[in-house]
Amino acid sequence: MTKTVTRTINSHTELDALETVEMSYGEALRDALRSQMKKDETIFVIGEEVGLYGGIFGVTQGLYEEFGPERMIDTPISEAGFIGAAVGAAITEMRPVAEIMFTDFAIMAMDQIVNQAAKIRYMFGGKVEVPLVIRIPTGTGRGAAAQHSQSLEAWFAHVPGLKVVMPSTPFDAKGLLISSIWDNNPVIFIEHKMLYKATGPVPKDEYCIPIGKADVKRQGEDVTIIATLMMLHTALKAADELAAEGINAEVIDPRTIYPLDKETIIESVKKTNRAVVVHESSKTGGVGGEISSVIMEGAFDYLDGPVLRCAGLDVPIPFTPDLEKIVVPDEKQIIDAVKSLL
Amino acid sequence: MATKVDSALHLEMYRQMVRIRKFEEKICEDYAKGLIPGLAHLYIGEEAVAVGVCSALRPDDYITSTHRGHGHCVAKGGDIKQMMAEIYGRTTGYCKGKGGSMHIADLNLGILGANGIVGAGIPIAVGAALSAKMRKTEQVTVSFFGDGATNQGTFHEGLNMASLWELPVVFVCENNMYGLGTRQSRHQKIDDISIRATSYDMPGLSVDGNDIDEVYQAAVEAVERARSGKGPTLIECKTYRWRGHHEGDANQGAKYRSKEEIEEWKKLCPIPRLEQKLQKEGIKAEELEQIQREVQNEIDEAVDFSLDCTIPTLEDVLEDVYDEREETI
Repeated sequence: MTKTVTRTINSHTELDALETVEMSYGEALRDALRSQMKKDETIFVIGEEVGLYGGIFGVTQGLYEEFGPERMIDTPISEAGFIGAAVGAAITEMRPVAEIMFTDFAIMAMDQIVNQAAKIRYMFGGKVEVPLVIRIPTGTGRGAAAQHSQSLEAWFAHVPGLKVVMPSTPFDAKGLLISSIWDNNPVIFIEHKMLYKATGPVPKDEYCIPIGKADVKRQGEDVTIIATLMMLHTALKAADELAAEGINAEVIDPRTIYPLDKETIIESVKKTNRAVVVHESSKTGGVGGEISSVIMEGAFDYLDGPVLRCAGLDVPIPFTPDLEKIVVPDEKQIIDAVKSLL
Repeated sequence: MATKVDSALHLEMYRQMVRIRKFEEKICEDYAKGLIPGLAHLYIGEEAVAVGVCSALRPDDYITSTHRGHGHCVAKGGDIKQMMAEIYGRTTGYCKGKGGSMHIADLNLGILGANGIVGAGIPIAVGAALSAKMRKTEQVTVSFFGDGATNQGTFHEGLNMASLWELPVVFVCENNMYGLGTRQSRHQKIDDISIRATSYDMPGLSVDGNDIDEVYQAAVEAVERARSGKGPTLIECKTYRWRGHHEGDANQGAKYRSKEEIEEWKKLCPIPRLEQKLQKEGIKAEELEQIQREVQNEIDEAVDFSLDCTIPTLEDVLEDVYDEREETI
């Protein structure tokens, strides 16, 4: 049994030359899980409702029938307990893929993620691997209010020892999940719950996308927009509208927040001289501040204006749909930010 | 049914208990001199628990440990030199000086790590047991924790999952009567922690944690039960720590316990109790003294080794955060 995935694909621009199928983000994740579970028996899925129910967002639909309850493990509602169990399995020759139903529930498991999974390798002098993936649906859009809608990627990115992956397309979802499964470190794999049904071309065969490599989703010369998950799509729409006015935005999807592909971001800003960072999570202490600093440290002399942030408002996510929409950035805010720099 | 303990096993248990005692006494001494940095939580008085339980294990079985973990590590076969060097913060220590007293681990010996977070080892042990069950290795996992940990959510979550999935794990509660400075009667209403096993439909028993035979007997049965696929057991070992919560806890915890209490428990020291058994079995005092001398030499050598080793530098600090090896090609 081989444990290797031979094909690496760096960018969506390579897709035209490959045999692809149209599939949803959710299906792409399932395809990654299924193909790797078939390949290696140490890979298993653990979490609440991942088996019989097929996952609260349906990502693991059908895998229970295919792999059985032993490898699609439904747990009691015990986030600290089953994430801890996943850590224990990861350090004893298994490759667990845990699912936490909502980002907000990861807080129940924060000790196991932050004090255990992230630090075990370092504390033990590098003498152990922790090949653990924790999949976490995140974000707004379902009217689920303040305890089911947060985006907490900045919390995880702040913890040395974790990797933080955030795919925005079906192509990225499949390749990055396969890479995350084979990574020997704990990976927080953040999925946006409004993307599960979004479709796009995905290579039929298995492939890896390197963790820590950004993808330039749109080329441009006038401004660099950096965005992840749903905000990547909002940014692309904004870029289309800007293009109609003759402003060409380059849109970069870092795809992983830690490690961050600083080079791609800095090189782009050196070319465009302007930058806007977009994210759904609240502005204060968000990843936007970090990316902004990276740009200032690496391309300060090239900037024609301040690095701007379009981010979530500093409020808990409200319930009623009109309010929920207001708290996250939209195309107009991105367009306004870009125009203010020109 | 009682498992017969012959004097050879008793002697090996004796050696291990003395090894833990002398290891800890040395740390106590050097800590007071300022030679050891950081925190040290000593196991003196509780030796029969770690040794009794680990004597019932196979070399490839797993344990999870606690902040008071030196005893578990020694009992599971940990290398004294690498342990001591770690506590001294040297590059040759188990964790290259990056973990210290509270994070000693040796995956090759099944020691899945001491742990600075109370109760955190419990779900990790459950996961190791799940892994062993999935890999069909018949390995058993023991999770050591204190009375304080039984009030953490992880205790409930871990025991519930282990019972539900009939996992090969043994939960060993070292009830030393205090969670730091809070006496058991001030942190929970019950006296016997083992009664909590009832709510997980697993066997629960309380034993004299200072009687090596009682601990060993309970462990043998629980390990056998786990290994044969019948699921987990909760064993409460009633014991006592002689030192304060940590080295530096003033007057061995004078704020929360009396000197008389400590002295009463010293009369129940597990080491002389085993010596009495050995003498009844015909082992001469000289033989025991010989073991003590040999162990003392080992400890002294471990300290000499540690002092000879280098202290990690700036070059080491960035290493070991991530495993950068590519699993894929």
